[in-house]
Amino acid sequence: MHPVLKLVVQRIALGLLLLLAVSLLIFLGTEALPGDVAQAILGQSATPEALANLRESLGLNRSPIERYFDWLGGILTGDFGTALTNGQDIGQAIGQRLGNTLFLAACAAAISVPLAILLGLVAARYNGRWPDKVISGVTLSTISLPEFVAAYFVIFLLTQVFPIFQPVAMVFPGMSFWERLNAVALPVIVLVLVVLAHMMRMTRAAILNVMQSAYIETAELKGLSPMRVIWQHAFPNAIAPIVSVVVLNLAYLVVGVVVVEVVFSYNALGQYLVDHVAKRDLPVVQAVGLIFAAVYIGLNILADVIAIVANPRLRHPK
Amino acid sequence: MPDFLEIKNLRIEATAYPPGEPPKDLVLVDDVSVSLAKGKVLGLIGESGAGKSTIGLSAMAFGRGGVRLTGGEILLNGRDIRGLAPAGLRALRGREVTYVAQSAAAAFNPAKRLMEQVIETTLSHGVMGRAEAEARAVMLFGKLGLPKPETFGTRYPHQVSGGQLQRAMTAMALCPKPDLVIFDEPTTALDVTTQIDVLAAIKEAIHDTGVAALYITHDLAVVAQVADDILVLRHGKKVEYGPVRQIITDPHEDYTRALVSVRSIDHEEKAEAPPILSVQNVTARYSGTTFDVLKNVSVDLPAGQTLAVVGESGSGKSTLARAITGLLPPSAGRITFAGRELSRDLKARSRDDLRELQMIYQMADVAMNPRQTVGTIIGRPLEFYFGMTGETKRKRVQELLDQIEMGKGYIDRYPAELSGGQKQRVCIARALAAKPKLIICDEVTSALDPLVADGILKLLLNLQAQEGVAYLFITHDLATVKAIADRIAVMYRGQVVRYGSKTDVLTPPFDDYTDLLLSSVPEMRLGWLEEVLANRRMESAGN
Amino acid sequence: MKMPLSALIGLILTGCFVFCAVFAQLLAPYPLEAISGGVWEGPSSAHWLGTDTIGRDILSRLIYGGQITIFVALASSVIAFGLGSFLGFLAAVRGGWVDQGLSRGVDLMMAIPSLIVALVVLSVLPLNLTVLILVIGFLDATRVFRLARAVAMDIAVMDYVEAARLRGEGQGWIIFREILPNALSPLVAEFGLRFIFAVLFISTLSFLGLGIQPPLADWGGMVRENKDGLIYGKSAALMPALAIALLAISVNLVADWILSRTTSLKGGRGA
Repeated sequence: MHPVLKLVVQRIALGLLLLLAVSLLIFLGTEALPGDVAQAILGQSATPEALANLRESLGLNRSPIERYFDWLGGILTGDFGTALTNGQDIGQAIGQRLGNTLFLAACAAAISVPLAILLGLVAARYNGRWPDKVISGVTLSTISLPEFVAAYFVIFLLTQVFPIFQPVAMVFPGMSFWERLNAVALPVIVLVLVVLAHMMRMTRAAILNVMQSAYIETAELKGLSPMRVIWQHAFPNAIAPIVSVVVLNLAYLVVGVVVVEVVFSYNALGQYLVDHVAKRDLPVVQAVGLIFAAVYIGLNILADVIAIVANPRLRHPK
Repeated sequence: MPDFLEIKNLRIEATAYPPGEPPKDLVLVDDVSVSLAKGKVLGLIGESGAGKSTIGLSAMAFGRGGVRLTGGEILLNGRDIRGLAPAGLRALRGREVTYVAQSAAAAFNPAKRLMEQVIETTLSHGVMGRAEAEARAVMLFGKLGLPKPETFGTRYPHQVSGGQLQRAMTAMALCPKPDLVIFDEPTTALDVTTQIDVLAAIKEAIHDTGVAALYITHDLAVVAQVADDILVLRHGKKVEYGPVRQIITDPHEDYTRALVSVRSIDHEEKAEAPPILSVQNVTARYSGTTFDVLKNVSVDLPAGQTLAVVGESGSGKSTLARAITGLLPPSAGRITFAGRELSRDLKARSRDDLRELQMIYQMADVAMNPRQTVGTIIGRPLEFYFGMTGETKRKRVQELLDQIEMGKGYIDRYPAELSGGQKQRVCIARALAAKPKLIICDEVTSALDPLVADGILKLLLNLQAQEGVAYLFITHDLATVKAIADRIAVMYRGQVVRYGSKTDVLTPPFDDYTDLLLSSVPEMRLGWLEEVLANRRMESAGN
Repeated sequence: MKMPLSALIGLILTGCFVFCAVFAQLLAPYPLEAISGGVWEGPSSAHWLGTDTIGRDILSRLIYGGQITIFVALASSVIAFGLGSFLGFLAAVRGGWVDQGLSRGVDLMMAIPSLIVALVVLSVLPLNLTVLILVIGFLDATRVFRLARAVAMDIAVMDYVEAARLRGEGQGWIIFREILPNALSPLVAEFGLRFIFAVLFISTLSFLGLGIQPPLADWGGMVRENKDGLIYGKSAALMPALAIALLAISVNLVADWILSRTTSLKGGRGA
């Protein structure tokens, strides 16, 4: 087998193994921790009968291993179970909301990725000069902000000081694409702001790293034009690190989405998760947690696979 | 007619930014003038920091980092290239003047095929068309002795060896038919048996293409083989400048004389004596591998004498040191030291075993804890093995410092405040503090400039005479071996291929590998390279 | 050693925050829960920063909230740091199965975003200070572990550590005299970053309603209480948000300075 293919297969297999381990971790994290789950759900004042009933319906009387495999088997066949709080089918609820979350994340990615690469290129091109210092200084301070703080600064600025947008992002089924875009404008701005800083700084570092290589000096000593040096010699080597930077930050976006959805009361997966953590609705938390973890792990695998494929040493073995 | 390259009163400066301190201006090159005629080779020689690479790059009007050309003229084909606009510089670089870097492995773009890179400037400067350029590249590959010249260019840099990359880089430099090629230590990173071939290939290519060259190196014996003139540099200033014959046979300056006579230490071989260390049939491999790095190695080291273990990279010589110290327990064989058998594993050895067997490393920088003072570094073995403390310990540390010729005022310094040679001396003192019977010296002089290295070797010999300590001296440098060894073991691919007293090992008849190794070491005389090559041709014709 | 202006500002601000946190009971003009004015009043001489959603003094709540926020963040970063660096050093020095076991475990923990793990775990655990501190500390320890292990591994392969091993020094000398002094600076800077992370983490959890529970107040919780005011142009929610940002930035400035100082120290690593 070609070594690249072998490594890619290995990496994907490892990722799937990791996902399996994570599912176990999530299950154990909610089932095996000290404390009685039923008690936690119902509170201290629950009657013994209510507790016993809940244990029965949760299947707490069976062994954890048995329950884990039931749960995993269900998920693999598309059955996420039903929510404790309202008896709704979890798979259905997730299906409705996953699209909204992906829409929000995709909009943020569509803006932040090109912008981050562009700014990273500019900062690296003018390394140490004022454009670099301005960009780096601004991004350093936005890195220190948690998503919700950034969100409220943006809300205050864009709905109160300059009243351009609505402070809530409501999306309904049946909205047109344009209406949707308009509705998610504010949360997208916040997400872009939060992700951009990390992505841009890492892009800048990746490019600078390549530009300091000896082969770039060789290219300069060949009397090539700056554009040719960048496109022919720096770019082919910088593409892999930049792509992995971008993908890793998209994984970071996954977490940002949770908080931003809550801030803007955006009806999607993150909001759904937080709501049900508060209600201690275990099956929902387990299912949604696993989905977030799967997306995150998937993106990490993608980043590694791109790095493997882009490596000339692996593509053209000795 | 004026020479086509004339550098007059060149002055080069740079700004250093030491962290936490204000920036300061440094003069890297001061008042250096040279000239070079077409088809001639000028050797630039000096220690690290002598400014030789900086001068070389100035012929392309290029300064690394913040390096600035601040004074003088650089006339190439009659015009001062310092005044050229960026477009004019680009037309010059890669066309009139080309460059061969020390590490071709890093200087080639890993993502592009060799052919693309070799003919890149030839195409971009419009010297010739693609087909013609590729034909010329193939011709150069062949001339430089690269395997399968027709298809060599389709490979990627990581698919060929270091010596081949160095030749490919020479082909890249020669392809656009430049007037001047700058060779910046092109053979320094190579093993000695590879170096001679690359050196010969470069020399022939220079001769055949009629190009002029600046050849930069720290090794006078190497440059003596290729240069017509030599400029000796020190601390950015000219020491001596003249024809190669005069520099080698009749140097005028003390510094040049020292460079010429370096490693000519006279060392009388000691008589046979009972061994302090005896390595018997040792075989070893690193965990997780299936390959023996040491195969059935047996050597003896007489007390108070020096056994030099010679070999190229990958020969297993450093692994032998690790096996003896117990860092890599051998899978078979026995090691006897001072009459007792050493346990294989370091952890099972007695404190006396540990004390009497000390080690000195190649990189003194990383062999000392940067957070400890010289006093602590040398004092720790005194405390650890002999329980010395306070004033007694300090007094003994000072005695040791005197012994390594460093004197007062160093005991409270940190390693970062010492020069390279001083660091290595402190490491020697640390080893000496344990009152060892044997010190393993792993390439202890290879990271040092020749004169500094000489000082260290002389010190080691003096200490041996005073203390009667034995050395196991690991090196790739045969000149060093000749200077200090009593016995020699030649290693090749994990095996000892030749072993005996210095005289025996260095006297013919040789085995093939020792012959190759010995004949590849550059000698400080003119015509050595041609002689060796002629001999080798005769031998292979005779076979 | 001259201190750059940015680090000085960072240090002074951090000092102010810590001072307010320690002496909150003396400094705060009103008790935590006292309703002392109208709903969402603007700044006045009685309420320097105005009042909140039910008329409590924002300045007082900010000071008390700072106490809780800083306490929880500090406690959890101490746990993260102690646990992470101890295990990281252990993995680096012992190697073998100890290293394998610990490293794979940490890989697993870090395969999921911390916030998601925290949410999952907090859906079953009771929400009190101890649990929050332990959860944040434990999650954060994974990052400290990676750094400590990497730093210690870098140092453990140095020739001077090998020289100490060859001399016959024990594990204790090697860890505390050879490795630790050289690992300290990056770890101290890391402590600053871990502390910021903990501040942001606890604030985010509280903002989501899953962190510090009333009647206690912290900055994230205060943003949550007052967020609806923003729609009516009441800036009450911005005060605690500003406090979080300011604390994070000032600690960042100090950590940056320590990190850059690492290389310039006398005999610093690689200097």
